[in-house]
Parts: sequence; C-alpha cells; structure tokens
Amino acid sequence: MTPAHGDSGRAGLDLLMPMHLHVAADGRVVHAGPTLQRIAGDRPIAGCALFDLVEFRRPRGVADMDSLRRCAGRALVLHWRGPCRTQFKGVAVPAAGQGDSDGGLLVNLSFGIALVDAIRDHDLKAGDFAPTDLAVEMLYVLEAKATILDEWRKLNGRLHSARIAAEQQAYTDTLTGLGNRRAMDHVLGGLVADGQAFGLVHLDLDFFKAVNDTLGHAAGDHVLRVAAQAMAGVTRAEDTLVRAGGDEFLLILPGQVDGTRLRELSERLIARLEQPIPFEGETCRISGSAGIAVSHGGDMTVPVILARADEALYAAKAAGRGRAVEYGALHAARAVAEAAVSGTPAPGAAGAA
Amino acid sequence: MHGLVNRAIQCFVRDTYGADTWERLARAGDLPLAGFEAMFIYDDAVTDRMLEAAVVVLGRSRDSVLEDLGTYLVSHPNVETLRRLLRFGGETFEEFVESLDELPRRAALALPELDLPALEVVPEAGRDTELRVTCNWPRAGFGHVLVGMLRTLADDYGALVLLDHEGREGDVEWIRITVMSGSFSTGRPFRLAGTWAAP
Repeated sequence: MTPAHGDSGRAGLDLLMPMHLHVAADGRVVHAGPTLQRIAGDRPIAGCALFDLVEFRRPRGVADMDSLRRCAGRALVLHWRGPCRTQFKGVAVPAAGQGDSDGGLLVNLSFGIALVDAIRDHDLKAGDFAPTDLAVEMLYVLEAKATILDEWRKLNGRLHSARIAAEQQAYTDTLTGLGNRRAMDHVLGGLVADGQAFGLVHLDLDFFKAVNDTLGHAAGDHVLRVAAQAMAGVTRAEDTLVRAGGDEFLLILPGQVDGTRLRELSERLIARLEQPIPFEGETCRISGSAGIAVSHGGDMTVPVILARADEALYAAKAAGRGRAVEYGALHAARAVAEAAVSGTPAPGAAGAA
Repeated sequence: MHGLVNRAIQCFVRDTYGADTWERLARAGDLPLAGFEAMFIYDDAVTDRMLEAAVVVLGRSRDSVLEDLGTYLVSHPNVETLRRLLRFGGETFEEFVESLDELPRRAALALPELDLPALEVVPEAGRDTELRVTCNWPRAGFGHVLVGMLRTLADDYGALVLLDHEGREGDVEWIRITVMSGSFSTGRPFRLAGTWAAP
C-alpha cells in the first residue's frame, strides 16, 4: 500500500469521495466509502467481488476488470445488484500500486439524476455527501421548484374556476337562471356547425303584459320565474332553455325532431303555464303560444330555423293564443288549402313535418 | 413587492387571528378582500398599507407584528415548506446562521424576481459564540422578521440562543446572535427527502 491508501489517506479519500470503491486487480473490493457502505446496509462491501455487487449498464460489455480498465476515465452508468437497484454515475481511474504492481482501480460514484430515488430509498443526510457535492443544493432547488409549481397549480385552479363562473354569468339570464341570447347563439351555432338534428320551440307568454300592468313588476318577475320552472319541468337536462328577452323564450332540444312529440310537449307546457300563479294574495293568470321548427342536421342556418319557429309562433298567436303550431304542419296545411282552391293535388303534403 | 410576501402577511393574520380579522384589516388598508396571489407582483404601497392597517387592527407595534410574522413563517404548518427550504441552509443552527448571507441567492434560485435584503454575517472579534448580522434594505423592519425567524429556527434546530435587534442606521439593521448551546434540545426532525420524493 502506498501512503495514499494508508489509514490517513483512506480517511481523506472517504471525505473527498464518500461513494468511492477501491477495487483490487483481481476484482475484489478492498475498501468502500462510508456512504456506499451505508447504502449497502448490513452487508460489508469490502471483500465482495465488484461484479457481484454492481452491474454496468453503459458502456455495454463491461463485465470484468480488463474491460473496466479499458473504460478508465469514461462516464459509467451502473446499478446495485440486489433488492434496491439504486443507479449510479461513475468514473474509474487506475489506483497507484506499490512499485510496478497493479494497484487496481478507484471507482468514484454519484447518484446523478437518480438522486431523488436514492434520498428516498436510503434516507441520506447532508453529511453523507462530500462538502463540495452539489447534491444538497440540487435537493433544495427541487423542493423550491415543487413549492412554486404547487403555487402555480393553485393559481391556475383559481383562475380556471373564476373563468367558468364568469362564463356562466355571461350566459345566464339573472332573473330566471335560464340562458340568455348569448347562450342561445352559442348553443344554436354549435348544433348547426356540428350538423346535429334538433327541435326548437319559440314560446311567447300570453297576457304577461296584463299581469305586469295590473299587479306590478314584482308580480311580473315572479311569473317569469314560475314560467322558467315550468319549462325546466317538461324538458331534459341536455335541453337548453333561453330567455330571449321580455316574455319570450326558446327551448332548444337536441335530437328531438318528432313534430308530434314537440307539439305535445309544448301543449303540456302551455297547460302548466295556464295554472293560476298566486303572488302576494293576488292570482296571476297567463298562457303561452308556441311555434315549433326542426332541423334534421346541416339542412339550415341559424337565422332560417329561427325564422321558421317565429313564423309558426305568429300563426299560433293568430289562431287564438294558448296553442302550439309546428312549422312543417303549417306549410302542409297551407299547401292543402291552396290545392283545394286551385283543384290540384298538393305534392308531398303528407310527409312535410 | 412580490405577491409571496404580501400573501405571507395575509396568511399570518388569517391563521393567527382568524378570517374575520383579516377582512377587517383588508377593509382598513383598502386591500383585496379575497387576498393576494403569491405569483403576482404588487405595488410596494400595498404592502405599506397592509402593515399600517395591521398595527391598527391588531393593536400591536410594527416591530412586534413583524417579529411574530417571522415566527409564523417558520413554525406554522401551513407554511411548513418555507421552514424546510430554510433548513437546507445548514445541518446545525450555527451552520445555518453562518450561511445567512447566502439566503438571497438561495431565494433567487427558487424565484429570481423575489427581492430580499442583503445579509452579512460578521463574527464578533474574540467571542466565537457571538455573531452580528447586518440586514441592508431600503425598507425598514426586515430585521424584526429575521429575529422572529431565527428565534424559532433555533428551537427547530434545538439550539439555545440570545437574539437582539440592535436598531437601524440608514438602510442597515443590526442583529446580535449569541449561541449559548448548539444542541440544547433535540429540536424538530428534518429529512432531505420532501413530499416531492414520494414514490
């Protein structure tokens, strides 16, 4: 042994490189740094064969002392054999021998990028690293990064919730809790753009102005809220209910294109609206008229289907309020009437719903 | 001022005196009722208004409010992460104090835009248990926060110390630290592996 590997030299190496291995020419570990011995636990490393202790991943083919000696000075990647396969970075250099004799190799290791796993698996302390090692600083930066990321994540969560709330507010009619015109444009635009089939009911309250004029705005507001509840009561969760303004409402029903069922739904709704609505000792009475139009998907623009529902509503009002009229049936009836006048059969009148 | 500082003061008031007191303070100081965002930068005047309102609402002197803030920052479970980050500064209290001048650089590693006072540690000639820390910042009062932090961190490390805020001259505040015993009690445990190392 040279003085460098004597007791005082060894203590110095342990301090400078607490994760080094001194391997003799025959591949036996002569000495292991204290942190490596700590990781190994009860199993003494000195005396073990190096290649029983660790397995080399890179460079490939390092399986004996000769091949390891040829890789001296190059970056090594290896891992512990055994239940805990801690990974290391390493570098090997020839160790000084006595005279011309082969002193074997000094292999110094560090955790490299596997530091976090190693800290967790072996509960290492700051004192397990050389005072010059940046491992503790790296852990500090990791901890700081995790803290800051967490703050960003919380901030993003708060901003996201605030955005959803703002969007909901922007799409909501505050009096009734139904959608507003912006919601209507958004939903109708989406359905038309996606080519989805849907039914549209344009509902106008009848005698609402009379309630407002005789019983006041508070009564009017109450009636609007009750009407909104009635609409929710006859529709599904996936339907969109819109207060388009004043006493005018739109029911958008995705997938619902059966004219008869839409008319039945509208009549049920009108019947509910005709129930007397008590308000502060008085009774409000209203009704409703509904115009129905359907889109089979991709066959018309938003303005066209709105105009059709509007035309059907106008016909319902003209026919004497409290009624639901379907755009398709309206046109079939007109064709029949015109045919009766001119004396020619109406083409396709029966199936034009 | 960095939102982290404002938020720290806000959380100190909320966690120590309750949400109602924070609301009163926010109203008194014309501060955002919902509180501060840790990742935003606020005008310095906001922090000044907050501290002035804290003196009035809490009925305490500015110095003692700031010292309590320092205590809170390293002892309350809601800000445990700051205590952990500070404990990376040294394995013993003495090591920690000696590395105080690295604190602004450590903070900058985490948050480059966080502006902290320059700290300098000066050993007292002939007395190896005594140190003076100078805290150089145009804004008065950080020294009191530091006293609160150091007092609590000493307990955390298990050290017995005497701490004195010795006043201010210009932009500089002076703190005297006397370490009576570095290992007076067992202190609180500290492991390098934080929650981020969870498998």
